[in-house]
Amino acid sequence: MAEKTSLAVPAAPPEVIRLQEDVPEASFWRRARHSLLRTRWPILALLILSLVVFLAIFGPQIAPKDPNRITLAARLKPPFERNAQGEMVYILGTDSLGRDVLSRLIYGARISLSVGIVAVGIGGTLGTLLGLTAGYFGGRVDDVIMRLADIQLAFPFILLAIMVLVVLGAGVLNLVLVLGIGQWVTYARIARGETMAQREKEYIEAARSIGASHARIMFRGILPNILAPLIVIASFNVASVILAEASLSFLGLGVPPTVPTWGGMLAESRDQLLANRWWLAVFPGLAIMLTVLSLNILGDWLRDFLDPRLRGTV
Amino acid sequence: MGRYLARRLLQSILVIFGVTLFSFLSLHLAGDPTLLYVNERATDAQIAETRHRLGFDRPLYEQYLAFMGRLVRGDFGKSLVTKTPAMELITTRLPATIELTVFAMLLAITLSIPIGLLAATKRGTPYDGGIMLFAIFGQSMPSFWLGLMLMLYVGLHWKILPISGHVPLLDPLLAGDFKTAIGNIPRALQHLIMPGVTIAMFSLSRNARLIRSSMLEVLALDYVRTARAKGLRERTVIIRHAFRNALIPFVTILGLEFGFLLSGVVVVETVFSWPGVGRLVFNSINQRDIPVVQATVVFFSLLFVGLNLLVDLIYARLDPRIRLG
Repeated sequence: MAEKTSLAVPAAPPEVIRLQEDVPEASFWRRARHSLLRTRWPILALLILSLVVFLAIFGPQIAPKDPNRITLAARLKPPFERNAQGEMVYILGTDSLGRDVLSRLIYGARISLSVGIVAVGIGGTLGTLLGLTAGYFGGRVDDVIMRLADIQLAFPFILLAIMVLVVLGAGVLNLVLVLGIGQWVTYARIARGETMAQREKEYIEAARSIGASHARIMFRGILPNILAPLIVIASFNVASVILAEASLSFLGLGVPPTVPTWGGMLAESRDQLLANRWWLAVFPGLAIMLTVLSLNILGDWLRDFLDPRLRGTV
Repeated sequence: MGRYLARRLLQSILVIFGVTLFSFLSLHLAGDPTLLYVNERATDAQIAETRHRLGFDRPLYEQYLAFMGRLVRGDFGKSLVTKTPAMELITTRLPATIELTVFAMLLAITLSIPIGLLAATKRGTPYDGGIMLFAIFGQSMPSFWLGLMLMLYVGLHWKILPISGHVPLLDPLLAGDFKTAIGNIPRALQHLIMPGVTIAMFSLSRNARLIRSSMLEVLALDYVRTARAKGLRERTVIIRHAFRNALIPFVTILGLEFGFLLSGVVVVETVFSWPGVGRLVFNSINQRDIPVVQATVVFFSLLFVGLNLLVDLIYARLDPRIRLG
């Protein structure tokens, strides 16, 4: 508990909290660096994630081929195959339309990551706002918000997503919205609980007594002090959203088939599996697994570093 | 217990209301649902006639009440493609899905307990490290990908298990034919293993981690030290004293577990061509047979709500703080 002073400093008036930003900042990053070096695995995870982010941003510059270019003459080339000149033209092979698997994988990183991050951004913001409001005001507001959360929690998320996407039609915007709205409950519950704990602290009373508005107390006073667990949840959440996106794409409910995605590539690989075109299934799956694994490892580390109380709950 | 029961029941009713309202409204999300029921060449007059026949011209609340009335009588609507009642489509496929889900749940529960216990009692040893590595991998792969890999290697390369197909167990059992049911068990299991493992992997990994961490927490408590100090065997301390309390957080997620497994069912049945409700959903999605998708979503949700309620009641019996609180 004593470890988590850096982000969740209680018992100080808001003015002091602002001052704090520059004091423990240096020591916070130093502690983070030390903890990372000590545990080792998160560094590997960070490296993998940096690579994925890099590919997502610079994909068009890096990808050897146009991911949608159809070359029927080069259909279903196995990976690592050299041509007559001894060159490896398609490092990870080609699919049933002769599209380059490596290029599609690189472009796929964009969709997986951006869908994951944007959806978590939507769900996290919405959930935090609602949880903060419920915890701060309590009473009827709290009741309504939390009952809504209960209802959503009692409803298997993927079914909800399927229902909405079938009716509205697949597409990046719908997908991101559905995945985002599906996530708000987790954030709302944590934010509410933490807010209720903070609300009773003296610094809030102090802020109130000098006439700070509700909004100021909520966003300048409480929010910075409840961020740590929310950040931890978000890191795991990006991982599970990426998995959900892959499932929905696999069902044909993700982004349109012209956009290369990892889940979509796996869906297409299914028809080729019996003919033993293993590379079509192995590589996109590995890409998803390594990304999600890295996020999970990083989430574990963030939790232990920022908020060890969450151990066993997330 | 009575008050808790009443509150929990009320909550479930609220949830059912929410779920049905949501499924009902989602049909109207994309605009006029009548357009789903007519073909593209239909004239305006035909569309208006269909709209009237299906009641889509009535106020929304009336439509919702009618929808609820039909649900109560077990009428979940009709398939646009085959014109058969959706409920019939679901019930004929339900046994296969139940077989798969129950099998997966058994795997997820029975394997995760010894694995999690082993990791907790051997904390810091290579056992623990290996188990935790396995668990974090298990939580990080898309389930259908695991399914594809199993098919590719276990099924196609090594030819150990069949890659698709289903041997019925529940169907002959329900028909009263016990001999066939028992005779089918060995072959049915062969077909169940790969899809079952695929669905169970995520929960299995998460449960193992959960049991490990809650076990470690309990083992650090004073009463465990007392039990050891009075000379009880380590086995007794772990099984009778620590494990029982460590199980409590595990029981709470068992209800949600079913939802996880159900979501897995839709994709995994598709991968293994399993003739269950999940594949029905997939096929209905592809044919845009929305009433069937809607019926399945509502049906699964009701099942989910019911099971959650059941689990909470079991939980209340296990934990006196809730029963009496």
